[in-house]
Amino acid sequence: MKHKSISYAKWGYIFIIPFFVAFILFNLIPLVSTFYNSLFENYKGRGGLVQVGPNFIGLDNFRTMFAPETELGKYFGNTFVLWILGFIPQIFFSLLFASWFTDLRMKLKTGAYKVIFYLPNVIMAAAMGMLFYTMFAQNGPINSIYMSITGKDSPYMFFDNVWSQRSVIAIINFLMWYGNTTIMLMAAINGVDPSLYESAQIDGATPSQTFWKITLPLIRPILLYVLITSLIGGLQMYDVPQIITKNGEQVQRTSMTVVMYLQKHLYSKNYGMAGALSVILFVVAAVLSLIVFYVTTEREPKKKVKKGGIK
Amino acid sequence: MANLKKLLAGAMALCMAGAMFASCGPEESKNDSKSGNTNAGTNDNKGGEEGGNEGGNEGGDAAGDLKEEKLPNIPQNVEGSDASKKVLKIYTWNDEFKSRLRAFYPEYDAEKSGYSIGADGADVVGEHEYLKDGTEIVWVTTPSADNAYQNKLDEDLAKQADSDDKIDMFLIEADYALKYVNGPYVKPVTDLGLTDADLADQYQYTKDIVTDSNGVLEGVSWQATPGLFAYRRDIAKEVLGTDDPTEVQAQLSDWDKFNEVAKKMKDAGYFMLSGYDDAYRTFSNNVSHAWVNSNYEIVVDDNLMKWVDQTKDYTDNGYNNGTSLWDDQWNADQSSAGKVFGFFYSTWGINFTLAGNAGDELQGQYAVCEGPQAYYWGGTWICAADGTDNPDTVADIMKALTCNKDIMLDITKKTQDYTNNKSAMEELAKDFSSEFLGGQNHIALFTAAAPNIDASKAGPYDQGLNESFQAAFKDYFLGSVDKETALQNFYKAAQEKYPDLKVAK
Amino acid sequence: MAAPVDAVGEMSNSKQLLIRRVISYTVLTIFAILSLFPFFILLINMTRDTNSIQKGFSLVPGSYLIKNFKTVLGKHDWKMLSSLKNSLIISGLTALLSTYFSALTAYSIHVYDYKLKKFLFTFILMIMMVPTQVSALGFVRQMSDWGLTNSFIPLIIPSIAAPATFFFMKQYMDSALPLEIVEAARIDGSGEFRTFNELVTPILKPAIAVQAIFTFVSSWNNFFIPALILDDKNKRTLPIVIGIIRSADYASFDMGAVYMAIGISIIPVAIVYLILSKFIIRGIALGAVKG
Repeated sequence: MKHKSISYAKWGYIFIIPFFVAFILFNLIPLVSTFYNSLFENYKGRGGLVQVGPNFIGLDNFRTMFAPETELGKYFGNTFVLWILGFIPQIFFSLLFASWFTDLRMKLKTGAYKVIFYLPNVIMAAAMGMLFYTMFAQNGPINSIYMSITGKDSPYMFFDNVWSQRSVIAIINFLMWYGNTTIMLMAAINGVDPSLYESAQIDGATPSQTFWKITLPLIRPILLYVLITSLIGGLQMYDVPQIITKNGEQVQRTSMTVVMYLQKHLYSKNYGMAGALSVILFVVAAVLSLIVFYVTTEREPKKKVKKGGIK
Repeated sequence: MANLKKLLAGAMALCMAGAMFASCGPEESKNDSKSGNTNAGTNDNKGGEEGGNEGGNEGGDAAGDLKEEKLPNIPQNVEGSDASKKVLKIYTWNDEFKSRLRAFYPEYDAEKSGYSIGADGADVVGEHEYLKDGTEIVWVTTPSADNAYQNKLDEDLAKQADSDDKIDMFLIEADYALKYVNGPYVKPVTDLGLTDADLADQYQYTKDIVTDSNGVLEGVSWQATPGLFAYRRDIAKEVLGTDDPTEVQAQLSDWDKFNEVAKKMKDAGYFMLSGYDDAYRTFSNNVSHAWVNSNYEIVVDDNLMKWVDQTKDYTDNGYNNGTSLWDDQWNADQSSAGKVFGFFYSTWGINFTLAGNAGDELQGQYAVCEGPQAYYWGGTWICAADGTDNPDTVADIMKALTCNKDIMLDITKKTQDYTNNKSAMEELAKDFSSEFLGGQNHIALFTAAAPNIDASKAGPYDQGLNESFQAAFKDYFLGSVDKETALQNFYKAAQEKYPDLKVAK
Repeated sequence: MAAPVDAVGEMSNSKQLLIRRVISYTVLTIFAILSLFPFFILLINMTRDTNSIQKGFSLVPGSYLIKNFKTVLGKHDWKMLSSLKNSLIISGLTALLSTYFSALTAYSIHVYDYKLKKFLFTFILMIMMVPTQVSALGFVRQMSDWGLTNSFIPLIIPSIAAPATFFFMKQYMDSALPLEIVEAARIDGSGEFRTFNELVTPILKPAIAVQAIFTFVSSWNNFFIPALILDDKNKRTLPIVIGIIRSADYASFDMGAVYMAIGISIIPVAIVYLILSKFIIRGIALGAVKG
């Protein structure tokens, strides 16, 4: 087998050519120059019209980034909090709904639900932010309900308080992505060989046993995908908190994400600082995904070996 | 563990790739720095000399204010192509100027452009638009959201000298006007052939905003936007015993009196103002020095701290309704359901926004007075791009729309814009009555207020600093941080936006 | 929770099933309402004018639906229809190229053995982590240096290299594309490229459909890059036009039009989604392939 696959190796190279050509031209060059810029003082001065630098300053941008008064950790913390607040309900309900939708016994009529659950995702994030800003506004529908239930005569200022502001952002993220995740998990569950369920049934497994012992392990690759893409999406979170918080500077920046902070440096096209932050962001993302890979793949090393053996 | 290795290998790969492309990187950067040096190096060329000639600098001379040197214009390396000469390329972020030019510029070829005004009041035009001499007008419209307009404009202006497709005009707003005015990409208005006599009827403050550090005028506007205080007549009658603008003004003529009325309003169950930022412009337009001093240090003016203290008081005492500008609630506060006494609004705000929000129920129920201090709000300026290959057309448009009394009177009558022409507006003010304001002649108030506006302290950093200042102090108003922390938060945000600024010790 | 239930206790089982179905439907319906609520607000506000929108939300629709519709489609300076067309072209091609080439790339990594394979795979994963905003302005500058301003190329071609789509395809192949199928095709004398196009892509249909939607939607909603690349009024995409409507001047600021424009922009996406969602379900029947 082995010598056979070697003869096909050139096809492997041929098939990745388009990807890498496009990648190098459109991603890598701008990206590398971004990273490279982190070593320079390079921004537009005087409100934006005069180029300052680039002057090589070594790691100064990184020193500034890591200086205690920069509070870089705070923005990573905010990002994580906003992400996890949305992700926990997202993965919980998506798994639940995907398993319901694929449950052959329950035979739910799922067509309409699937379509509806995904729908919030087609609204652009900025518009979604706008709609929710209206909903939770001082004179929005949520406050009308709140005031009529509690009997208070003044509205609750959702956007002026740390946790209510964060919750609104999390709700939007959740609503935008749970349908997406549900569909993806459904596709994964449907990819599982039905004969496995049949034999589980013959062996007398309960539904929850079937779920934990068969479904979950077999859809692990897709779960991993969901987790990683959500993590990346979370790290890149920008539009929704940007609109909900009106640029993030209010409420002591408690909902300012890393990318919002990055955007602050792009105001003066500060490629130096933005570049340094990008490098840091990149390293954090890499470490995170490393942890995720490590934790999620460790449990099935034997299977991997077997699969590799087929080749 | 295998995965760990994989990722490490990937990181290595990226570093290697980085090294590979690093050779491209510096090349680009060198070019950048070169052009930067060129700017500095050509300091003594034509542009620089021209700069000093014109006088008339009324700019703030208060000791220590930053007076950034006007950057000399960049020599045009490439001439506009023939095609570019036949095209008038105008950069804007919305349709306001388009509709003014279409409707009021006499040389606009309405027929050839297929121009008419639709049933809903919107412009109808054909695929291409032309002036009567055959020049085609090309609008480059980029939305202002996410700073996209300025990003786009900056990118393209930077390429102007080496491009044969020349930008002819672009529009700017007051809050960042000086960024362009003192930059190297604008053609002075006098270079276009507009004379002091042409510009004599324009309000001084509209010129100050677009006057560079050498005292040269770099742009013009067809509007002036003096601000007033608009109040509810019914509430005034109930609480103050009168709704007469003169008598109400007497009770609001300075901030102490204003605050007293605020207390009365509260006692009667009303709010004096709607939100935190309502009064901001009346303070920020009356500062004693600019935001940034000559050492590039940010200096918070005492008047702004007065705004902070006042707004904190108002918030703690319940004199305002806790809204922010343009929020739904802020708009709703202007309707009959609102419990707010008044709003600081300028020309357009009264005629359009307030009138719209007030609706039929409050028709005739608002009146205006000068309020405690003169200020302006809004406005759009026209600049000629340096290197324009249609300078005569640009000059003619500027003359027609910003200097021609008849045309400007016409604009005011048809669009309710308060135009930037003293004698035209004074003429109009002789006999004017606004239905929305219950028959009041507010044009007369505008003409009285406009000359008092002082824009000499405007600077290129205003937009970013004002926004961050208001945002930072909102936390203080809400009580989540103390004043000093809010100030520190502001400095931090300011330096993120403008890395070249320092904090005054 | 999932899939078949044990055979013990037929009677209680069917009752239990009924309860489970009722619970499921209730929960699903609640979430359906939650998901539709933003659309409800959108629809209501599409029928109102600026002033009434700003006065606060109302459950009762206004009477401005037709006027808003006419404003958005009719206003010449906005060019709504041509921007719809542009967005369709860009997003359609983006979805097509992105899914096809990502699948091809994933196929290369999945099926073939070659020296750089592991390295390239890891490399792509690393790339996936980089937030797009990081290099956005550098990208725009480079495109304009290459003379690609007002061209759709910078908005379409880069999607050939879509690491996230690639990663999804790779994951999907791990669970749904056994190498035996490829081996069998080789024995039958099928060329490598043909095997991919005719044998593998049908197996990947569910994955392709899922990724096509995602890619289409994110391209459809992209504002930042297109706003800096496209300035010709005939080349604008929908989010740019919505941006322009939102940054209208005080006299023509029209919230009703903003909501209407957002509404109009959502309809084609919903249609594309509906079409593809059928695809997914049919494609999923191919799940017979062993995981």
